[in-house]
Amino acid sequence: MAIKTEAVGKEWPATTYEVGKEKIREYATVIGLDNPVHLDREAARAAGYRDVVAPPMFCVVYSFPALAPAVFDPEVDMNFAAMVHGGQEFEWDEPACSGDEITTTAKCLEISERDGKGFYVFESTSVNQNGDQVARGVWTNIVRGV
Amino acid sequence: MGVPNVGDQVPELKVTPDKHLPNRYAGASGDFNPIHIDPEFAKAVGLPNTILHGLYMMGLVARANTELAGGDPRALKRLSVQFRGMGAPEQEIVVTGAVKSVDGDRVVVDTVAAQGDNQTIRNAEAEVQL
Repeated sequence: MAIKTEAVGKEWPATTYEVGKEKIREYATVIGLDNPVHLDREAARAAGYRDVVAPPMFCVVYSFPALAPAVFDPEVDMNFAAMVHGGQEFEWDEPACSGDEITTTAKCLEISERDGKGFYVFESTSVNQNGDQVARGVWTNIVRGV
Repeated sequence: MGVPNVGDQVPELKVTPDKHLPNRYAGASGDFNPIHIDPEFAKAVGLPNTILHGLYMMGLVARANTELAGGDPRALKRLSVQFRGMGAPEQEIVVTGAVKSVDGDRVVVDTVAAQGDNQTIRNAEAEVQL
């Protein structure tokens, strides 16, 4: 069966996420990060941040809502039962701090077939309330037996 | 702290996620895929049991590389990983890495996360600004 590639280049509506101090604490605690810049406002400000700063991988929290409609889009037609998260890349620019409003857009970069596997590659681009880029992600899902 | 040399090891990180860690990570991240939190669902789709979120393990890889810069979250500029083996709760995860290249104050680190012989994340490349 040939893989559907019509969705390559498609973009989905942006989502906006407001970063909160206690959400940063919750994420940092699960990962085991104890740097007070993630937990304490005074410590974060003393280190030069506007407010409590999110760990880099907190980007999954604010960018995931933009990805969900992309991966579930019928035009993408991804078979979840046979899907694995194959690879992930992030690049970080401006730090994300408590109080920031981060807007993320998702785009389908690639749908291709190699060795009986489907590769579905999405890009997320996240900017803050000042228009500064915070993070860019490349999400690769692999579907066996396409 | 000085800029490391090619081949230098990054500080090893060892973490044993408890049985309920995937539930807490699901809550913290918003990823409630049942393969991570529902043993019956996981077994119904052919897995031995619930598995760790790949992005949780990537979070540990990010933590290990950030520690190279004294834990400063601004230091991590880029992280690229490939998920290979599945990770399981209640087994120790060991994150190891070695400096692959140095360009001024930017270093590239090659990192692996493993549970025993099972490399759950490999070919992880982190760019850290020191």
